[in-house]
Amino acid sequence: MRVMAQMAMVMNLDKCIGCHTCSVTCKQAWTNRSGVEYVWFNNVETRPGQGYPRTYQDQEKWKGGWVVKRGKLKLRAGGRIKRLTQIFSNPNLPTMKDYYEPWTYEYDMLLSAPLGEHTPVARPKSLITGKNMKIEWSANWDDDLAGGPELAPKDPVLVKIKDQVSDRVKMEFEQAFMFYLPRICEHCLNPSCVASCPSGAMYKRSEDGIVLVDQDQCRGWRMCVSGCPYKKVYFNHRTGKAEKCTMCYPRIEVGMPTVCSETCVGRLRYIGLFLYDADRVTAAAATENEHDLLQAQLDLLLDPNDPDVLAAARRDGIPEDWLDAARQSPVYKLAKVYKVALPLHPEYRTMPMVWYIPPLSPIVDALRETGNDAEEAGNLFGALDSLRIPIEYLAELFTAGDPGPVQASLRKLAAMRSYMRDVNLGREPRPEIPAAVGMDEETLYEMYRLLAIAKYADRYVIPKAHAETARDLEELACAVDYADPGSGGASGPFGEASGRPVPVAVETFHALKERQTAEVLIPVEALRVNLRSWDGKGGTRE
Amino acid sequence: MTTNDILLWVVLPYVTIAVFVTGTLWRYRYDKFGWTTRSSQLYERKLIRIASPIFHIGILAVLMGHVMGLLIPESWTHAAGLSEDAYHLMAVGIGAVAGACTLFGIGMLIYRRRTSVAVMAATTRNDKTMYVFLVAAICLGLLTTIIGSGMLGDGYNYRETVSPWFRSIFLLSPQPALMAEALPSFQVHAVAGMLLFIIWPFTRLVHAFSAPFAYLFRPYVVYRDRGPHGAGSQAPKRGWERVG
Repeated sequence: MRVMAQMAMVMNLDKCIGCHTCSVTCKQAWTNRSGVEYVWFNNVETRPGQGYPRTYQDQEKWKGGWVVKRGKLKLRAGGRIKRLTQIFSNPNLPTMKDYYEPWTYEYDMLLSAPLGEHTPVARPKSLITGKNMKIEWSANWDDDLAGGPELAPKDPVLVKIKDQVSDRVKMEFEQAFMFYLPRICEHCLNPSCVASCPSGAMYKRSEDGIVLVDQDQCRGWRMCVSGCPYKKVYFNHRTGKAEKCTMCYPRIEVGMPTVCSETCVGRLRYIGLFLYDADRVTAAAATENEHDLLQAQLDLLLDPNDPDVLAAARRDGIPEDWLDAARQSPVYKLAKVYKVALPLHPEYRTMPMVWYIPPLSPIVDALRETGNDAEEAGNLFGALDSLRIPIEYLAELFTAGDPGPVQASLRKLAAMRSYMRDVNLGREPRPEIPAAVGMDEETLYEMYRLLAIAKYADRYVIPKAHAETARDLEELACAVDYADPGSGGASGPFGEASGRPVPVAVETFHALKERQTAEVLIPVEALRVNLRSWDGKGGTRE
Repeated sequence: MTTNDILLWVVLPYVTIAVFVTGTLWRYRYDKFGWTTRSSQLYERKLIRIASPIFHIGILAVLMGHVMGLLIPESWTHAAGLSEDAYHLMAVGIGAVAGACTLFGIGMLIYRRRTSVAVMAATTRNDKTMYVFLVAAICLGLLTTIIGSGMLGDGYNYRETVSPWFRSIFLLSPQPALMAEALPSFQVHAVAGMLLFIIWPFTRLVHAFSAPFAYLFRPYVVYRDRGPHGAGSQAPKRGWERVG
């Protein structure tokens, strides 16, 4: 047994209202630069829908993740030699059109157009080519089922379950069921992006399991982009390097939650530690039957109260405060103790570490519309048994199509809702409700505290990076003495993006300062405009 | 032997080697972040899907041809029982196919670069300069293959002049006279080649040194610790370096 710590996240989908605050704040913090205009480390997709990039879940097409062949784990896109033969052009790489072509508007035209008969218009301009463009797609183009009958049926998950159930299902489904799925990098235990990287530039941090790209070592082969089944590694088309969600490691290291979590309006995200057995990861990922993968993944997670585990963890150098944090970890409770959180697409065999509590609300709503008491335990349990389609859809997302664990999770949420209603209304609590889902009253109440009250300190249990190196955590406050205060996107002598990387905080600081203090604005036509921090008046030279 | 001969066939080769080696080392030290293929596949994938492999495989074959033709002395292949005619036929046959692939590939790549607006917008001045030198070296190389083969005129055995001169450079006893008497087309190709190697370290071409063979031998999942430099990309301040 080799014990390692993993920083992980749980999202409670019941609370997601699809406001995209997480996406926007993440964008502001991390990808408000040219080269990554089209990149959303965090995005929120409406389900059913095609997702971002479009139909990324169709692994027959995109070939991400792992497969098991004759009991051995293999990259779906092929072994090492095949990967190298495809190095001159990656056949599985999405193009920008599969994400969307980023654009801005000629805002300046609204102010500078000469007096005339017609109102001036701000035409869309591509941020890639600088030319006029026709906007045909964007992130969240199909938000809230926009374009439903035309776009939603192309949802790969829907296509898959349609094969199993009849056509009638689709329409019923659209009427009954819609929810939001916020996605970040999964920081997998068995990351296929890391395994795909020919340069060895991608790595999993041994301290906290965060998956990162070494920008100095990345050579832009793009195998990680296609290797990730969630398509959460992106290619910066200006620097020619891969970039991805960093789980806001500069914040995590000082004990702060990620930007997406901190700003989440619904307070639906939980961050904490898992302890897991690194020696068994490959074997677990190679579990033959897809339906057993969830259990295999749960088995990897070690009980932080088990003395044997603690002894092994201390032997493997995990500090005491991290073990404390692991004991209080909300994600461990939700995933392993209450078993309400489920991983996204375990069948990709990457052992993803962002977990989801499936949404009960759409089922409650559907039940209420039929005129029944939608919070009565018996009614809810009955609905969970009869509403096959949403359950099958969720199962396709979270359990490789096995409805059992999804149903069990939803039944627990239903029990909690029903039991707590009695408590809140001053009625006699009914212990048979938790008993019906295999929980006792105390555990159910604890789960209620964590999910419904959801205090900040309970949602985020983040141990700081180890104390004696705390003084090294300078990225957050380094802007002043950074050695090369040139312009925003500093350019070395070998064309743009060469030279030393500029810390993100410094780059943003200088970009904004230059824009605010520049005497002359550079005309928009002459450069690319950074959409996110642009005030509509020209931009900074990059 | 004129001053020009000395300049072209002694000074220029050593300058090339010096710039190539020190330039590459210097860039690797200074500019690891800029060391990339700067792929444009994200913008356009249909043409690159065909053109890029053809070009790269072609140019690797061309490289092998140069290694054989320049580094292996004629006497060795003779000793191995390969007659001059047989060698010639093989070299010209393979060389012409490889050269044609390379030229076709790069022609298609340049066409793509020119016609795809997004790719063109991402093309830097540095890239354009590099293309000029690269295409010049390839075209002149193909020309020497054709001339040397005897398809036009008498043919030419470069292994008696160019190759010994090439080896003499690395043996540190340069023999410019050999090159001075070579066919002009070979001379021009050699100069174009040297110029290409001089700009090499300062262009995208450095990605050739990143051929990731280590991928075949390393474990799939790479673990790294946070390292002595702490968080972010900031080096630790003086006095705050980690001990031990």
